Amino acid sequence: MFKDIFRKTKYVTISSVPAPRRLAPEAAPETVMIRKELPDGLWVKCPKCGEVLFTKDLEKNAKVCTKCSYHFRISARERLELLVDEGTFAEWDNDLQTVDVLEFPGYSEKLAEAREKAQMPEGALTGRGVIEGVPVVLCFNEGAFMMGSMGSVVGEKFTRAIERAIDLRLPVIIFSTSGGARMQEGILSLYQMAKTSAALTRLAEAGLLYISVLTDPTFGGVTASYASLGDILIAEPGALIGFTGPRVIKQTIRQELPPGAQTAEFNQEHGLIDLVVERSQMRSLLGRLLRYHQEGAGYGSAVRI
Amino acid sequence: MAQPLEFEKPLLELEQKILELQKFSAEKGIDLSVEITTLEHKAVVLKKNIYGRLQPWQKVQIARHSERPNFYDYVQLLFEDFIEMRGDRLFADDRAIVGGVALFKGVPVTVIAQVKGKDTKENLQRNFGMPHPEGYRKALRLMEQAEKFHRPILTFIDTPGAACDLAAEERGQGEAIARCLVAMAGYHVPIISTVMGEGGSGGALALGVGNVVLMLEHTFYSVIAPESCASILWKDPSKAQEAATALKFTAEDCLRLGVADEIVKEPLGGAHKDAHRAGEELARVLEKHLSRLRGEAPEVLRQKRYDKLRAIGIFQEKQRLDQSVSETLTNLDEDVKITE
Repeated sequence: MFKDIFRKTKYVTISSVPAPRRLAPEAAPETVMIRKELPDGLWVKCPKCGEVLFTKDLEKNAKVCTKCSYHFRISARERLELLVDEGTFAEWDNDLQTVDVLEFPGYSEKLAEAREKAQMPEGALTGRGVIEGVPVVLCFNEGAFMMGSMGSVVGEKFTRAIERAIDLRLPVIIFSTSGGARMQEGILSLYQMAKTSAALTRLAEAGLLYISVLTDPTFGGVTASYASLGDILIAEPGALIGFTGPRVIKQTIRQELPPGAQTAEFNQEHGLIDLVVERSQMRSLLGRLLRYHQEGAGYGSAVRI
Repeated sequence: MAQPLEFEKPLLELEQKILELQKFSAEKGIDLSVEITTLEHKAVVLKKNIYGRLQPWQKVQIARHSERPNFYDYVQLLFEDFIEMRGDRLFADDRAIVGGVALFKGVPVTVIAQVKGKDTKENLQRNFGMPHPEGYRKALRLMEQAEKFHRPILTFIDTPGAACDLAAEERGQGEAIARCLVAMAGYHVPIISTVMGEGGSGGALALGVGNVVLMLEHTFYSVIAPESCASILWKDPSKAQEAATALKFTAEDCLRLGVADEIVKEPLGGAHKDAHRAGEELARVLEKHLSRLRGEAPEVLRQKRYDKLRAIGIFQEKQRLDQSVSETLTNLDEDVKITE
């Protein structure tokens, strides 16, 4: 009994994930490099509620906190796995390579780092897959690649995917995660906004469905182009979505945003998005929406509610 | 007399000196013509040196000059008539974007322009040329009418960027800009977009989806303001000059990168030195492009606009690597076209 007093207490080591920092400004990928992804380790602390979570449980729960439903950021590939019917995804244009055309200071190094970090050649994943039996064209930004920023390659991959959707007569779903247009490719990045939007003009004219899913964070030139152009706009709970990042707003006009501004829920209250949907419900919702828009399918006939 | 910029000061000092010598010579009756001629010659060389090779940052200063002519300064020079139409029919009338119907060389056109104020009072009204969503929605409303009535659209870009405040976020700034991009891509009428001063990011691009993109000689068109770029890159907004060089956003750069189609020459030292001449030159270039575009079939105009956007972006592709990259790089080496 007495010896217990001197017994060395065992502590569980918990890696704490940094608190989510408010969002980067338009075209400011580097400033939001603090990632909310899970560090290696058995345990992780939820940045929102502080709950200590067993990593395996968290992963089983699609990286959503089991206590407070905080949605951790996840990679494009993880998202893909949560969505498509197994073995149905065929990736497109994986061989597009970035060119440092402006010879922008530090860009080559940043690209190398981003490739290493994201384990992807660029910050976009596109291709064709099947969700709950419905074929669809899928595009994802990769947040770990320079904050999902859009340069020539991302713009080109998305545009090609949309154009192929028109040829194949398929609906398109884009998952946005991006700080905006990529500064390091200057005006070329800016015009990727116009290029992707122009492709979406054609998709709409072809009568094809486009669902835009906004995830944490979606800002700047991506909000001001394809992310806002869906027939249906869906966001994940708590995702920060806006045009100008709060830090830039503060710097520029010394206005402090009220708590909760620019969240998915804020955007929904202001009439800017249709639905706020938990990650665990996303696949089922998308599956239903895709079926309801299927050509030739009697409206709602294939539906199980 | 326009307020001098820092890099113009040596020239102004020299010109002042010449004036003084002339005055002195006249008063005292001493012949100083040799000295004066030497100085005048020196002034010519200096002028060429200063204005002939302006650095990106100096162009930024000219583009942002408080006396740089705005859309209203050009209205009389460009149009025989201009009837301003106001409001987005949804929320408000944004004074940072002006639009209406105008007569250009006898042709009715729809005009959309971003306008900065000339003084503090006007700048407050016009939010320093930074439009809110209602501004873009007004632009969209007027452009839809242009499509309906088969009128060409002329847009004039001059903004530090779209408004960045809570109100803009609440009313969907991103969506308002995105809608302009989508709509402009789909129109069957000629669209000419002219960067007249600052081409600030998405807020500028919203009016930039033209068949033809013109840039005045001393303007810039950028994905981000040089100050913001510097504060991100070097945590130091005062390094904006370096950022201005790194971003490659001058008219020449944009021409090389396939975004701008032609550079409109400005009077020596910038449009604010002689707004009349600047306006005449702009009118000449606009007319040239508009008459060409008006000869195109509606579907062709639309297709060509798509093709132009489709071609913007530089990347390598393993399979088709050599072709796409070498083509682009050759294009980059081509000489810069400047209209004379």
